[in-house]
Amino acid sequence: MITQIVFLAIALLTLAGALGVVIARSVFVSALFLILSFVGVTGIYVLLEAPFLAGVQLLIYVGAVAVLIIFAVMLTRNVMSEETPFLNRQWGIGGFIAGTLFVLLMLAGFLANWQVSSAAPPEDAISELGKALLSTYVLPFEVASVVLLVALIGAIVIAREE
Amino acid sequence: MAIPLSWYLALAAGLFCIGLFGCLTRRNAIGILMGVELMLNAVNINLVAFWRYITPQDLAGQVFAVFIITLAAAEAAVGLALIISIYRTYDSVDMEEINLLKW
Repeated sequence: MITQIVFLAIALLTLAGALGVVIARSVFVSALFLILSFVGVTGIYVLLEAPFLAGVQLLIYVGAVAVLIIFAVMLTRNVMSEETPFLNRQWGIGGFIAGTLFVLLMLAGFLANWQVSSAAPPEDAISELGKALLSTYVLPFEVASVVLLVALIGAIVIAREE
Repeated sequence: MAIPLSWYLALAAGLFCIGLFGCLTRRNAIGILMGVELMLNAVNINLVAFWRYITPQDLAGQVFAVFIITLAAAEAAVGLALIISIYRTYDSVDMEEINLLKW
C-alpha cells in the first residue's frame, strides 16, 4: 500500500516535470523542470531495486547533462523574444501523434500477458553488474569508451571558435 | 511485488510521449534536445522495469540502461556543441529559421 502511494507520488512528480519541460515558455525554466523529471526517474530506479543506476542517473543526468543544458541556454541567451510562439505551427499534429502513440503504448502495456518472474535480483547486484560489464559485455563496454572519446573530441572541434 | 509491471510501462509511455511532443513542437533547438533526453529516460525506465520483473537474475537490462545513459551523455555533448555552432553562424537557435537543408 505504502509502496504504491510512493510510486504514484514519484510518477506524478516525473510526469509533472516532463510536462513542465514541454510547456514552459522559457527554455531556462524548461531546464529546471528537466532536473525535476530526472530526479523522479532516480526514485523509480530506487523502487525497482537498481541502486547503481539511481546513483548513475543522479551523477550523469542531474550532475552533468542538466548542467550542460543550462550552460547552453546561457550561451544562446536572449535570441528568442518573448512574443514569438515557443511551439511551432505543427503543435496540433504533433500532439495528435504523441497522443495516439500514448494510447497504443498503454493498450500494449496493459493487454499483453507479461511472463512476470517472482525471482529476486542477485544478492550483490552491483558487483554482478560490474562482472557482467567486464566479461559478457566487455566489447560494448570498450566501444562505449571509444564513443565517449569521439564525442568529446567532436564536441570540442564543433564548438571551438575559428 | 506490490506494483504491477504495467504501471511502470504506463509511466514510461507517458514520459516518452511527452518527450516526443516536445521534440516535435518546440521551436528552440535546446528544447528539442530536452525532449530527446526525456524519451531516453522513458526507455531506460522500461528496460529496468523489464529487467526487474521478467529476468531479475540476468543483469542484461541494467547493462543496456548503463549503455543508454553513456550514449545519452555523448549525444547531449555533441548536440549542444552543434547548437552553439549554429548559434554562432545564424545568431539564432529557432528551428523555423534554420532551413538550409530543407527543400
